[in-house]
Amino acid sequence: MVRSSMTSMERVVAALSLKEPDRVPWFPLLTTTGARELGLPIREYFSKGSNVAEAQLRMRKKFGHDCLYAFMHASAEVEAWGGESVYYDDGPPNCGMPPLADPERIMSLQPPRVKDSPSLIKALDAIRLMKERAGDEVPILSVVISPFSLPAMQMGLESYLLLIHERQDLLARLMEVNEEFTVEWGRAQVDAGTTAVVYFDPLSSPTIIPRELYLKTGFQVARRTISRIGGPVAMHFASGRCIPILDDVVQTGVGVLCAGCEEDLGELKRLAKGRIALVGNLNGLEMRRWSPARVEEEVKRAIAVAGPGGGFILSDSHGEIPWQVSDEVIFAMGEAVRRWGEYPLDWRS
Amino acid sequence: MKSREERSSEFEAALLALDRLEAARLLTDEGDERHVTARIEQDVVPAMERLGRLWEDGRVSLSQVYMSGRICEELVGRLLPQHAEPSGGDARIGLAVLEDRHILGKRMVAATLTASGHPFFDYGSVNAETLVERVEADGVELLLVSTLMLNSALRVAKVREGLDRLGRPVRLIVGGAPFRLEPELWRETGADAMCRNASEVVSLIDRFSGGGR
Repeated sequence: MVRSSMTSMERVVAALSLKEPDRVPWFPLLTTTGARELGLPIREYFSKGSNVAEAQLRMRKKFGHDCLYAFMHASAEVEAWGGESVYYDDGPPNCGMPPLADPERIMSLQPPRVKDSPSLIKALDAIRLMKERAGDEVPILSVVISPFSLPAMQMGLESYLLLIHERQDLLARLMEVNEEFTVEWGRAQVDAGTTAVVYFDPLSSPTIIPRELYLKTGFQVARRTISRIGGPVAMHFASGRCIPILDDVVQTGVGVLCAGCEEDLGELKRLAKGRIALVGNLNGLEMRRWSPARVEEEVKRAIAVAGPGGGFILSDSHGEIPWQVSDEVIFAMGEAVRRWGEYPLDWRS
Repeated sequence: MKSREERSSEFEAALLALDRLEAARLLTDEGDERHVTARIEQDVVPAMERLGRLWEDGRVSLSQVYMSGRICEELVGRLLPQHAEPSGGDARIGLAVLEDRHILGKRMVAATLTASGHPFFDYGSVNAETLVERVEADGVELLLVSTLMLNSALRVAKVREGLDRLGRPVRLIVGGAPFRLEPELWRETGADAMCRNASEVVSLIDRFSGGGR
């Protein structure tokens, strides 16, 4: 086997530059797995940014992957808006009651400040600590929920879908307020030392809204917001489809697109080649039951269709490996990517 | 005279355009001699089932299916007499979301049930123990459970255990993102079937109720 000669940062930068690095980089996006690593209950684990930083560094040493992931949980953002997180022993925290139950409150809504939001400050602490200890050897990834997708948690998905279709006045005002928040939150992450901000925008996926509506809503929001964050941004639809809006996504200013597991990765690669790098698209839910042999088969399949020519990072499709996925599976993923991901991918012929 | 397919297709087009007035006009056309229940069974239910399949195939979006379901629910609510709870001949149906406050999936199933004339007990968001208690108290025979998170989906196994202790058969149908993205998960939890989209629930109810309506 050819010895890896690049640092993780060099490897990822090469892939994002649509070139072939020494091997395919891999991002097992580990969140609650960190609690298991430190032997802590999930609630206690997420109580301090230092726990997340420590676990991320330990897990990278253990599995040998190519990123540190500062994302804690989506409901941390909703806490900033007055919402709550509901904790479980065996999965990520979920949002409690939506804080914006009455849509009429939108007209007087003001964005919360990052400095006043303990749940966000914890994530910034995690980024700073990782940056201090890892330097520039490995990319640090962090997350913002897009202003367009955030209302699914702020007000509940049903109320939000009705707002999108029936109250354009309130939608416009909500986007204005959310954009201010997301830009400040994204910039704070960049200032803290993140390498790239992952822009989670599941509502914009054609799985949730039709392209015609996306072009009038989520697309416009993304174009305005991403350019103001001031750092590299990756687009993630959290398992949603993206092929029908690929051309539009390229225009939002992102250089990376995370692929869902319901789409043909080979087809996506063909459409994206030379235009935007891809991340994906292993099925994290199925991964829970995979044997090491099945892991190898899936990794090999993804690399075979998306690896040639570079511009590809192996990962899951949802942005989070479930807590139920064993260390054995993650180890097997690493072994497979090191075995089959070395460039040039001569084995394909 | 329009064919059944033409009527259903026109109705579906009105739904996708979110055109409530046109959908209402088509469903209440005075020149249509069919009984109201026939119009629902032949126009509304097929249209919703087809939209569900189109969503699975990635050809329409969830928002279109959801808004269409709301329109159908409203129209059928105006056309059909209201039932407080199931009456003779129907399986007694319960509907719940398991341990989650995000209930869009359950809401879409509720709209489908209403639009297809199936009364049901709505249990809201509950945990496994409470759900089994409610099923026992109401004599539910067919339980529909929606989940959003993987850990909630795995807790369907607890619901199954509780139902098995009731000493009478209760069919368990599950749905939601974890089941759709992990096609073997419903078997693992002990469910009897899985809905890939909300409208699929109608054919599954028919299957488990022992025939069509």
